[in-house]
Amino acid sequence: MSDTSIKLTVNGEVVSRAVEPRLLLSDFLRQDLGLTGTHVGCEHGVCGACTVLIDGRSARACLTFAAQIDGSSVETVEGLAKESGALTPLQEAFRDSHGLQCGFCTPGFLMVANEYLRAGGSADRQEIREAISGNICRCTGYETIVDAIAKVAGKAQDDRR
Amino acid sequence: MKPAAFDLLRPDSLEEALQALTAHQEADIKALAGGQSLIPMMNFRVAQPSVLVDLERIPDLRGIEEDGDWISIRPMTRHFEVKASPVVAKHLPLVREAYEHVAHFTIRNRGTLGGNLSHADPASEMPCVMNALDADFVLQNASSVRTVPAREFYLGPFTTAIEPDELLVQIRIPKAQADERFAFEEVSLRKGDFAMSAVAVRLAFDGDVCRSAGIALAGVAGTPVHAEAAEAELVGQPVNPDAAARAASSMIETIVFEGSANITAEYRRHVTRVLIERAIIRAVASPRI
Repeated sequence: MSDTSIKLTVNGEVVSRAVEPRLLLSDFLRQDLGLTGTHVGCEHGVCGACTVLIDGRSARACLTFAAQIDGSSVETVEGLAKESGALTPLQEAFRDSHGLQCGFCTPGFLMVANEYLRAGGSADRQEIREAISGNICRCTGYETIVDAIAKVAGKAQDDRR
Repeated sequence: MKPAAFDLLRPDSLEEALQALTAHQEADIKALAGGQSLIPMMNFRVAQPSVLVDLERIPDLRGIEEDGDWISIRPMTRHFEVKASPVVAKHLPLVREAYEHVAHFTIRNRGTLGGNLSHADPASEMPCVMNALDADFVLQNASSVRTVPAREFYLGPFTTAIEPDELLVQIRIPKAQADERFAFEEVSLRKGDFAMSAVAVRLAFDGDVCRSAGIALAGVAGTPVHAEAAEAELVGQPVNPDAAARAASSMIETIVFEGSANITAEYRRHVTRVLIERAIIRAVASPRI
């Protein structure tokens, strides 16, 4: 059971490590790199709390071996806010709309919402619901999460006009 | 929940991957595609392969191309790529339509068509669609290549005709013809979940008369079900709502429905009858390609 050498970019920084093949990306981020913002909920791909972006596309970190994404670029929730602590417009919208209560699911929601907004996603509530359909929140009832994403998407739509 | 330890092979070519499968046949070796079904099973330790062959780095296993009257899809093509493909939208409208029901955004980003078809979940949409379309699956080992029709590929739940030393290397699907009509219907607990019942319908017409039909069901048995009884009711006559109702009623008589955690056998039976009837009626009214 020999280790596998991997080199990947995490939030813009190059990381090289030798990992056990069975090491899940979620555990690699949390334990090897100390990036505990990626939350581990169900560990079988149902809840979405561990969602990160791999090469710009959302992925379940608990359904990905770190060794599978050798050479890729990973973005986690830690990569969103600036070092100064300044939040992104999406994070501000989540705060302003009460898009989180306990916050456990929030990193996953922020990452899928990021993917949706970067792809030019609209403020249409049905489309937003489709985009977040793979993520579970047990506090908010989703309405306020949709509010937050719709707010940012609506502003982006206005800016494009 | 963490997977048991295993050795990982990362071949750069198909030849290398096939040689590895041959060399490790005695070990519990498995091919790793997108991992969206295999990894959860490994996390639960339902699956504990001792060797995994990661197919990620093999360029020959990706892509969608036209090949005469067929569309050829390589197995490592990801779900999101198939769903977004203009070639698929143009030539495989049933595949495109059914993709509205396949998993969630994030799972489609990593899951692959070949992995999905080989995993053989009885409630999965694409195995059912490939049955209705009479697709061919090309299987290869280190020394030979063979083709298995979709209807002979599924042997039981999570069990296919793929031998331990073989890989699914190509999915060949007949292009939609001008006289064909399609529809896909599904009921699931949440959108993107596996089907409680689903039906894929292909009807070919000679004028008003149904010349041939391909109808398959998912979620109602251990494998995709080829709905021969429904097809027999339709072929050789015009397809109207009465014929659709007869086809649906005859078909459900041939299945022993079972309940599961979220659905009773009686409800599954009812929903399956409704979905078959609805899909046939909608297929007849669907636009020409």
